[in-house]
Amino acid sequence: MMALLSSLGQIGLFALRILRSLHLPRGQLRDIIRQCYAVGARSLPIVAVGGLFVGLVISLQGYRALEVIGAGSALGTAIGIPLYRELGPVLAAILFCGRAGSSMAAELGLMRATEQITALSMMAIDPVGKVVAPRFVAGVISLPLLTAVFCAFAIFGGYLQAVWVLGVDSGFFWSSLRSSVDLVEDFGQAFTKAAYFGVACSLIATHVGYHAEPTIEGTSVATTRAVVHGSLMVLFLDFILSAILY
Amino acid sequence: MNEPAASAAIRFDRVDLKRGARTILREASLEVRRGDVTAVLGPSGAGKSTLLYAITGELAPASGTLEVLGERMPRRSGRELFALRRKMGVLLQGNGLLTDLSVAENIGLPLRVHTDLPAPVRDELVRMKLAAVGLAEAGHLMPQELSGGMARRVALARALVLDPPLMLYDEPLTGLDPIACGVILALIRGLNDSLGLTSVVITHHVRETLEIADHVIVVANHGIVFDGTPEQLVQSDEPLLRQFLDGQPDGPIAFDYRREGRAA
Repeated sequence: MMALLSSLGQIGLFALRILRSLHLPRGQLRDIIRQCYAVGARSLPIVAVGGLFVGLVISLQGYRALEVIGAGSALGTAIGIPLYRELGPVLAAILFCGRAGSSMAAELGLMRATEQITALSMMAIDPVGKVVAPRFVAGVISLPLLTAVFCAFAIFGGYLQAVWVLGVDSGFFWSSLRSSVDLVEDFGQAFTKAAYFGVACSLIATHVGYHAEPTIEGTSVATTRAVVHGSLMVLFLDFILSAILY
Repeated sequence: MNEPAASAAIRFDRVDLKRGARTILREASLEVRRGDVTAVLGPSGAGKSTLLYAITGELAPASGTLEVLGERMPRRSGRELFALRRKMGVLLQGNGLLTDLSVAENIGLPLRVHTDLPAPVRDELVRMKLAAVGLAEAGHLMPQELSGGMARRVALARALVLDPPLMLYDEPLTGLDPIACGVILALIRGLNDSLGLTSVVITHHVRETLEIADHVIVVANHGIVFDGTPEQLVQSDEPLLRQFLDGQPDGPIAFDYRREGRAA
């Protein structure tokens, strides 16, 4: 228990250190934009494909369940509500941990092992401000946007399955989706969750990467921790946020 | 050696350096004179790099007095430490080039962070530093495209870019072929003289380094075992120094590993 509290304390102090190191002039803004590309834009394919398949499968399973009670035309509702409230933010965050969180941790671990972080410190440049803060900020910005992409592709997948494969009327699909998904209640809260998940995933990934042992094994351990701890934290936070928000 | 302490760029006075409970250096006293190339030699694991960490403020002395460029170490805050580090150039053994930046961006990074110079002036300074290490046309390359010798020269140009009065080299010859070694040694000596620097070269490449050094310090057995000129070192009959200079596998530094605290 003491070890857990100590770890949480260290992560909290690390977060404060990141926030204190944010000075957008002197090139940091350029580093953040560069990281938004590396962390966000390069995660787009996996998030889009993941969303598409999730949409296809929810549509299929939802239709089978609804058809039993003759409510197949309400499939849009069965896709929209769980997608925006739970599946979209959670699955996008878990994919983000696997793709971008692992990459952040591995990069920082390798920077530690190859003396890049030491070199920055020797040049009187704060390594946290130069290499950690841009990755953290890029993660926080990117995850809500990736969640939007995930949800859009999931709805597209659901539409393809429902209308083209299962024969649900296109008008029924869209009208049930639009009437059930509320802009603030569902759409807004999906982004709220995604923002929290973005902070958690990015903070864990940068923390374990920055503090990795400067060896190949240390980098490997940090990468694994970024994915496992990040994903578990997403599921834990999802429970807490769902209890508070709904 | 007998000049007043004011001319010392680095001064250790009975300094103990520890890592955890382990003593690396005990009661080390030495001076690095301004303007000299000082070689710090010693077998692997003797504590040479620990000495470097103490000079750069990464490791605080457990006891004794350590002064770098007239400032007492350790500094009171991170801000003070960084202010002192701006006056030091450090060439690390692994170079530490940022792999996501080009050669020119790597060299220009300290200028971008620490100065308000306009971009054209920064670019010109970067070009001059690259020219000084013979890589004027390599600015566009990425670190992954460089040979070991070129990467070391780029790291040297980056360490020099703020014109620091003190240069610290940690194993600058490790992993280099003889030609690249010659280039790096010529640069260390040439830049020291032309820019009026003070240089500390931490290495176990004895013969090559003695050719460019004004002053030699040998670290072994948790202390300073020699402090003098290269000529005095070469002529020494001290068994430990002879073992080190002649590369004998056994002697005062035992061939067999023994755990600390156990009798030989």
